[in-house]
Parts: sequence; C-alpha cells; structure tokens
Amino acid sequence: MLKNVKCECGHVNPHGTIFCESCGKILEESEKDKKLIDMRYEGSARRSQTYNKTIIDKIWNFFSSVKVGVWLIVVTLVASAIGTIFPQEMYIPPLMPASEYYEDQYGFFGKLYYQLGFHNLYSSWWYLILIASIGVSLIICSLDRVVPLYRALKVQRVTRHEGFLQRQRLFGVSQGDKLEDSYEKVKEKLKAKRYHVREEDGNILAEKGRFSRWGPYVNHVGLIIFLIGGMLRFVPGMYVDKVLWVREGETKVIPETDGEYYLKSNRFILEVYDKDKDNEVFGDAIDRAGMVAKNYQSNVTLYKKKGDTVPGEKPELEKVKDFPIRVNEPLKFENFALYQSTYKLDELNKMTFALSEKQTNQEFGTVTVDLYDPKEKFDLGNGYSVEIVSYFPDFEFDENGEPVTKSRIPNNPAFVFKMNTPDKPDGEVSFVAIKQTIEPFGDNTYKMAFKGIETKNVSGLTVRKDLTLWIIALGGLVFMIGVIQGAYWNHRRIWIRRVNNEVWVAGHTNKNWHGLKREIGGVLEGTGINEPVDQVQEKQEK
Amino acid sequence: MLQIKEKGNNNMKKKRLVMRTVILTVLIAAVAYTLYANFTKDDVKKVAVGETAPDFALVDMNGEQHRLSDYKGQGVFLNFWGTWCKPCEKEMPYMDNQYQQFKDEGVQVLAVNVGDSELAVNKFADRLGGLSFPIVIDKDGQVQTAYGINPLPATFMIDKDGKVVKYHTGQLTEEMIKDLMESVKP
Repeated sequence: MLKNVKCECGHVNPHGTIFCESCGKILEESEKDKKLIDMRYEGSARRSQTYNKTIIDKIWNFFSSVKVGVWLIVVTLVASAIGTIFPQEMYIPPLMPASEYYEDQYGFFGKLYYQLGFHNLYSSWWYLILIASIGVSLIICSLDRVVPLYRALKVQRVTRHEGFLQRQRLFGVSQGDKLEDSYEKVKEKLKAKRYHVREEDGNILAEKGRFSRWGPYVNHVGLIIFLIGGMLRFVPGMYVDKVLWVREGETKVIPETDGEYYLKSNRFILEVYDKDKDNEVFGDAIDRAGMVAKNYQSNVTLYKKKGDTVPGEKPELEKVKDFPIRVNEPLKFENFALYQSTYKLDELNKMTFALSEKQTNQEFGTVTVDLYDPKEKFDLGNGYSVEIVSYFPDFEFDENGEPVTKSRIPNNPAFVFKMNTPDKPDGEVSFVAIKQTIEPFGDNTYKMAFKGIETKNVSGLTVRKDLTLWIIALGGLVFMIGVIQGAYWNHRRIWIRRVNNEVWVAGHTNKNWHGLKREIGGVLEGTGINEPVDQVQEKQEK
Repeated sequence: MLQIKEKGNNNMKKKRLVMRTVILTVLIAAVAYTLYANFTKDDVKKVAVGETAPDFALVDMNGEQHRLSDYKGQGVFLNFWGTWCKPCEKEMPYMDNQYQQFKDEGVQVLAVNVGDSELAVNKFADRLGGLSFPIVIDKDGQVQTAYGINPLPATFMIDKDGKVVKYHTGQLTEEMIKDLMESVKP
C-alpha cells in the first residue's frame, strides 16, 4: 500500500516526493547523501512513477516517459528522412505500376523500398500512428509534470528546511548579529528588482518570473493545437486537394463544390523566353537549356449554377468572372483556390479526311470528325457522301482479331467509313486507323485520305480548399508564445533564512545563473551579508 | 483517523484512474477517427442498399428526358455501361428480353451510358439489333459521381418507393436479371 508522506513541517506529500513540497526537507533517503539536490520539477512526485497497477496506468506510464517521447520523435524523423530517398508513389510517372517502377528505376533497394511500404509512407498506418503517439506522449508527459509542478510551486513555504538550503547551488552563510537594518534594505532592493517578496518569522522568499516555468507547457499546447489542425484535414469538407483536367472549350464541374461551380477553359498558354525579344540576360540560360518556360497560363471562366438541378440535368449557368490562372496566381472563390499545376499540349481533338479517288488523287470534299462527338453522316454534294459505320476512339484488335476500343479517350482513333459515290452507289467500306488502312471487301476505287488533325491543350488545375490553416497558424502562434515565455524570462528564487545567529542565503534559477548571481550581488552589496557561493563552480575549480 | 485518511487516499486513486481512462479514451478515439478517415478518404461514396436512390434526369437517344423520380410507383432496373465494356455488351440482350416481359408489370429499364459519343452508342445499339429500353448518356459523369460508379457494368435495383434494394457489379445472366426484376415488381 503506497502511502502519502507526512513531513515534519506538517505538509502531506504524495508518495514518491523527493523533497517536501512545502518546506523542502529531503524525504528520499538516497537524496540525503547528495551535496546538491535536483530541482527539476521541484522534486515533486511524478504520478506515473508511483502508481502502476491497472492496464490504464501502464499505458499512461508508457506515454508519460520522456525517454519514450524522444524515441518516438527519433524514429519518426528517421522514417520521414527515408521517405525522401525515392519519390513517393503519387509523384512517380504513370508509366508502369508502382510495384515494377521502383525495382526498374532503383534496383534492389527500390524493390525493398516498395515492399516495406516507404513508397506511400506519409499516409501509411504506422507513420500516422507514430505521429499520433507523439501527440499522445506530448499530452500525457505535459499533464504528468505540469500538475505536480504547479502544486509544488503553490504550496512552497517561505521558511525552507536547512537541508534544502544547503543543497542549493547558490548558498552562503553570514554571521548576523547586527544585520537588522540590512534586512530592510535587502527587502527594498529585492522589491526594486521586481521580486515578489514573502516574509515569515523573519525569513524571506523572493521570487520572480514563475510564469516562465509554464513556457514549455504552453509550447506543448501549441503543438497539440497544430496536430489537431492536421487531424481536421481528414474531416470531410475541411480540406480539399484535387486535380481538375479541363480541355480548351470544355466546361466542367469543379469537384467538391457539390455541383455549384463550373469552370470553362478558354485557352491554355505556354510561353517560353525568346532570345531575340526578351532581355538579353536570359540569353545564356536559353542557350544552355534550349527552352525556358516564361509563363503557364489558363484563361478560364468561372460559372455558378442557378437554381436546383438533379444530376444529369443541364444546369443553367451564371457567369461569375473571367480569370487568367497563372503559377502562384490562383483563381479564388469562396474557400476554394484553383492553381495552375500541370498541362497537356496538343491532345487529339478533330481529324480531317478527304474523300479522294485513288488513281487520280482527285478530291471530292473533306470531312472533319470531332473525336469526342462524331457526326454519323457527311454529305459532300454531287452525290458524294461519307458515313461512319464504326468508331473506335482507343483502337486495338482483340483476341479474335476484331477491332475494339480500350476506352472512350481518343488516344488512337480508328474508323470504319462507308464511301458513297455516284459510280459506286452501294458504297465502299474502308477501315482507317493512324498510318493504317484496311479494305475488307477487296480493292476500293476511293479512299479517305488523311488531311490533318486539330489539337487542343488541356489545363491541369489543382483544386484546393483548406479550412484548417488558421488552426495550424494558431498552433504556431501559441507555440512561439511558449518559446518566448520560457526563453526570455527566468524563474528566480532567493531564500534568506535566519538560523540561530547566522543568516543563510540560497538562490535558485531555472537558467542564467550568472544573471542571478549578479542580481544577488547587487542586492546584498553593502548590507554585510555575504554573497552566496556557487557550489557547482567551486567543485569544478577544485 | 487513519481509516478516514486511507479512504480519502482510495478515493483519490479512483478519481485518478477515471481521469486517466477518460483522457486515454478521448485520445484513442481521436487517433482511431483520423486513421479511419485517412483510409476511407479515397473510397467513392456509394449509394447503399436501403437508401433512397439519388434522383437524376438524362436525355435518351430520341431526345426524351427521363427523370428517375418520374418512375415512382414502378420498379427500376438501373444499369450503367460503356461501349468498350464486353460484359455490358453480353448482358444487354438479356436485359432487352426481360424488359419485354416485365414492362407491362411495372418494371422500367434505364441504361445509363457512362459518356461515350452518341455515334458510338447508336452503333452499339445497332450492332445488338436494336434495344427497346431507353438508353441515356451521362456525358459529364454527374450521375456516375452521384452513384459512385467505378467498375462496369453496375446495376441498381430500385423499388416503387425509390429505394435501392440491390446493387450488383459484373455481368448478369438472364436468370439473374429475371430474379432482380421480380424483386422490384410493384
């Protein structure tokens, strides 16, 4: 049975307390031999180290350990670093599946990298659990220390035990018969230096900057807010990061806007530096690199849907604005921003053929096929017409040798044309693919001669919405406040105690001992009380 | 005196255990939610069985508009397909046969093409000898998004109250189509 410890001063301390929270008497036997005491956490009992019965306590104690916390951070840092050796899966070119890509590009280590899951590190379950564990460790470590520390600093008494004072780093004894006047002087000087002075039975405790002790915990609160911000990104509607591909002339619904907003691309522009026209300082770079991009720009029009429509219904659109999206100049609306992020030049859009006689190459008119929405019949006049019998946007031969299409994207368009001419009223059939013509019913008199293509550029835009940014910024701000609080102020305490005919002076600070020594020197100057000695320095000098 | 103190001590410990349990539970819940959200973020939202089927309106090959909600009171066989999809092609004639049987018993077939060109759809229907049920084209993918369509063919069975009673991906046999239509007969 673990019991609380009652000190001779009457204060009841939790089990595990190293020295009395109130008077400072050493309670832990092993500490009694030490010349100086460890002032960390004011010698308070960290709960974690005392109660270890239930599974809850065990989990709690695991996370309460600073050692565990440091290891979690180290492991996370190492893992994060490994994640940057090869590109993550989302950044590899879509040439082949990730399972082959890593081995193909980086050999054995690439394969290992893939198999160990580093190709998708930052959203892997174990990485997220590491980050989450750091958060849990942060919260529990802080709680486990800040509560006892607060308690210890609150209940500390003015009159401290002799053993406590002796074991302070700054400690000195003066003979004190005639020091009554000096005493008042010391008090005034301490107050002038903004010390908070408490007095009890002629003993003094002067303290300032206690709030700097909360700095690390404020700092941790900032980090936790930061992590909460990161967590909120997973809540639907808080964070959007999507890609929108839109062809010139095309109008598309903007993802994640609930079908409210539409975007039309009017033009995609890629400009490069011109050696003759642009400033000559670019000359060398152009010579070296060949082509240097000057501008990526998508001229778009933003539309908002009017009224209610169900999916599939043609919405009535209201123009919101025209905008040129350029790199770092996103189109912003509501909480969304559209960034220029990538592009595809010269995508097949239309193909033109001429109906011509094979022998004479005489042409009887041209047909232009819209590859996304081809017309079925083309009347060329004078009894000439062309009909599309079949259309394969992404053509290949299947296992039976039949022409089929792999998808609806015109990557490799092929057509079966039926050519009707006055001298062949039943029509001739011709299968036309890129660089390939097949005449299934024998030799034709006519052919569809390839005349040209029309291409369109496609803009790749990033659709971004981030409602967590202000939380993350707030976390950063609180973090910085904590850093400043802990860094620019020191918690200084000076104890003056009369023991019989002597005056004992002890001092403690959480940092900047030199500053404390100078301050004590100033306060005691000309009072007849000796300046305390730095016991650490003394030891080193010996 | 000593007893009272011990009791107080026990109470404190109990309180501490409760505190720790609460804090740990909250933390674990937050972590679990984050992991769950992270791993489901790429899943498209699917229309679940038992839910009301999202309404839509699409125009068929004859220029007639079909609105799902107009078929309230009838069962609907809602099929998503593409011209390049072989299993879709195979099940189409079965659908057509069963449609002939069930259309007078209040079961409607709607075949939603996932965005081929009109020409491709027409040629496809011609190749199968003409299809009697309405074919509509979801050009910009809005209906597919609403239904969370990924693999084709995908079939939703919608009852007379507009609720989804069954969802199937992959090719259907004629027998299965018959059973499905039977299940939504009003």
